[in-house]
Amino acid sequence: MNSPDFSAACPLPISQYPHVLMAHGGGGRLMHRLLEDVFGKAFSNPLLDTRHDSAQFNVPLGRLAMTTDSYVVRPIFFPGGDIGSMAVHGTVNDLAMSGARPLYLTSAFIIEEGLPMQTLWRVVCSMRDAAKKCGVQIITGDTKVVDKGKGDGLFINTTGIGVLEHSLNIAPQNVQPGDAVIVSGDLGRHGMAIMAVREGLEFESRIESDSAPVHEPILELIKAGTEIHCLRDLTRGGLASALNEIAEAAGVKIAIEQKLVPVREDVSAACEILGLDVLHVANEGRFVAFVPAQEVESVLAILRQHEVSGNSVVIGRVIEKAAPLVTVKSTLGVSRILDMPSGEQLPRIC
Amino acid sequence: MKFLDEYRDAELAQKFAQEIHRITTRPWKIMEVCGGQTHAIVKYGIDELLPKQIELIHGPGCPVCVTPLEVIDQALEIAARPGVIFTSFGDMLRVPGSTTDLLSVKAQGGDVRIIYSPLDAVKIAEQNPEKEVVFFGVGFETTAPATAMAIYQAAQKGLKNFSMLISHVLVPPAIEALMSSPNCQVQAFLAAGHVCAVMGYEEYFPLAKKYRVPIVVTGFEPLDVLHGILFTVQQLESGRVEVENQYVRAVSRGGNQPAQDLVKKVFEVVPRKWRGIGEIPQSGLGLSEAYGAFDAAKKFELTDRCVDEPAECIAGLILQGLKKPHECPVFGTRCTPEHPFGATMVSSEGACAAYYRYRRQGANERVGAL
Amino acid sequence: MCLAIPGKVVSISGDDPLTRMGRIDFSGVVKQASLAYVPEVNIGDYVIVHVGFALSKVDEDEAQKVFQYLKQIGELDELKEPAP
Repeated sequence: MNSPDFSAACPLPISQYPHVLMAHGGGGRLMHRLLEDVFGKAFSNPLLDTRHDSAQFNVPLGRLAMTTDSYVVRPIFFPGGDIGSMAVHGTVNDLAMSGARPLYLTSAFIIEEGLPMQTLWRVVCSMRDAAKKCGVQIITGDTKVVDKGKGDGLFINTTGIGVLEHSLNIAPQNVQPGDAVIVSGDLGRHGMAIMAVREGLEFESRIESDSAPVHEPILELIKAGTEIHCLRDLTRGGLASALNEIAEAAGVKIAIEQKLVPVREDVSAACEILGLDVLHVANEGRFVAFVPAQEVESVLAILRQHEVSGNSVVIGRVIEKAAPLVTVKSTLGVSRILDMPSGEQLPRIC
Repeated sequence: MKFLDEYRDAELAQKFAQEIHRITTRPWKIMEVCGGQTHAIVKYGIDELLPKQIELIHGPGCPVCVTPLEVIDQALEIAARPGVIFTSFGDMLRVPGSTTDLLSVKAQGGDVRIIYSPLDAVKIAEQNPEKEVVFFGVGFETTAPATAMAIYQAAQKGLKNFSMLISHVLVPPAIEALMSSPNCQVQAFLAAGHVCAVMGYEEYFPLAKKYRVPIVVTGFEPLDVLHGILFTVQQLESGRVEVENQYVRAVSRGGNQPAQDLVKKVFEVVPRKWRGIGEIPQSGLGLSEAYGAFDAAKKFELTDRCVDEPAECIAGLILQGLKKPHECPVFGTRCTPEHPFGATMVSSEGACAAYYRYRRQGANERVGAL
Repeated sequence: MCLAIPGKVVSISGDDPLTRMGRIDFSGVVKQASLAYVPEVNIGDYVIVHVGFALSKVDEDEAQKVFQYLKQIGELDELKEPAP
């Protein structure tokens, strides 16, 4: 969202205070105004509007899914998204990985004193819009303000609750030898979109974060009665991290092929320039699915009907129950280990 | 990407591999000098396409790996000082010094910034006149023209708050040092393509002649490496000793003259200590007197020091091509990329890190048919 | 060492040869690089870029040598095989 367009469409409700002050977290009048005029106004829904310490709601009989996440991305606004929309999508996606229909979110804000109120408002509006698109409500939250220098602008924590309308046990323990490994789209967009605007490494590109909710195609799969063994959304650490985590939790050997992994040409080029391995780069709107081989055709057919998973493709399979290992066959046909990335992805000259 | 993807063609790689198989009749030990070539070999599995008689030995062409412990400690000392913005290529951030590393210094409040180009460091110096901006100038001859230009521009702009901690190293003296060692088993070299794009390959003729080793200037993509190996094996099998250029699309015999000129102006050749190998005469670059004001070691009055490596670390033997990573007693157990003993495990170009990440088992064990 | 990538020069700025900069297109990703060391380069040429510096111009004719060599090997193989 460009700032000038945004301001016109979504005018800042608190014009008195251009910056967030310690008092806005102090529990008094200023904080009350902030809660009413910013969060309450943007996220308004019957549960939130009760303005109670906790939100009360009915739960359907059966199972629930619950998740929590914290968001600390820098910069706060990046090509294709911001910390707010990322927080909503990320939480919804975590719930989707259990096959849950997302229902309610909480959001807690830790704001650094001095953050421009306009920045906070933009983030909150972005969360409002993302929540609406996902069909979820933000029903309770918290606000704290920390001293300048102690907070890096803005941190957001969320908790999400969803309902499981199926009896599948979607978990790594269910992964079987012979399962196909499907990835829901091209890799590396989020990480490289962030790199593109990161100080010291900037480059011009059309790469935008792939931050998006992925629950709809998954709920379709469930509705169709698909046997899904495991789902995992790809975030920090990229595909390599997700596959290694599952291999370890499931006690299996997984093999994928580099030539089957979809990557956009410009994302690939950006990785080459900075010396990064796209299999280790962060994503925000992608997941891997482990399904029995006989389900592949129907799974791909359903996933490809949705834009967010339009480029779903099989990239490998589960080989056997063994000491956990993930391998990737290079484009030259030779296999090597695909290791867990260690720590932050650092660009290199070597 | 044009001029990149075509050189990764699997079918054509097989053709090269087949030709190498066809002409190889005896065992040969070939060293690829450059870490970037090591990376390509291990990542694509190029060595697994070769006949078993060909052994690729991974050379010391990893400037990150060969930066002495003392210099890293100096970098850490500067980076921890208040009022300093310490800028560096990403590669150096996880390399362990004696007690800590740049990432940890950053975590404790040091202003450590990753940059893509040395020119970015000059920009940061201009934008922060009240701070001392230091750049960690690591690299082979490929990187020297970039750091030289940064110093030159800083001088032109009259910047007083900019300096560099220099640890540039030169390839030919390292090859000479390796070849003159009695333990050396290397029979031919793949010279580093991008180093030669800058320096040309004149310097390799006397080396090839003196030590009777074929030297082939080689690129970095799978087809380049295989093509370079093919040229090398052809020479070895026929008893020829020549300097050849595989990487013709980027390298000319004389190299890049304007780059060499500026490097000569800003730097002078000095002795340098190579981590794991020791001091090699005339093997490094230091700032020339005219640009001495930009020397961070002098500016920050850093003392010379001598630091011992952890006793078990055999990075030096690996860098010389005398041992393989899996022959190290602590490889993959106490020494891993998460807690590395020596730089060959930290830098992704280092042989140990490459083996750990991609192989785990060791050179002769295959990951398994899949 | 020496991660250096080929890209296409799409624009050039600066009159002083030592501060001449180019915008280099790497398959849709554009990054600035110094052209100080490749004074002969023009818009449309490909250069090899390392840490923000173009170090050499890609010789497009020489770039074909690898493939021509392979073709020769192929032709020699055909000659060696007896006709069916």
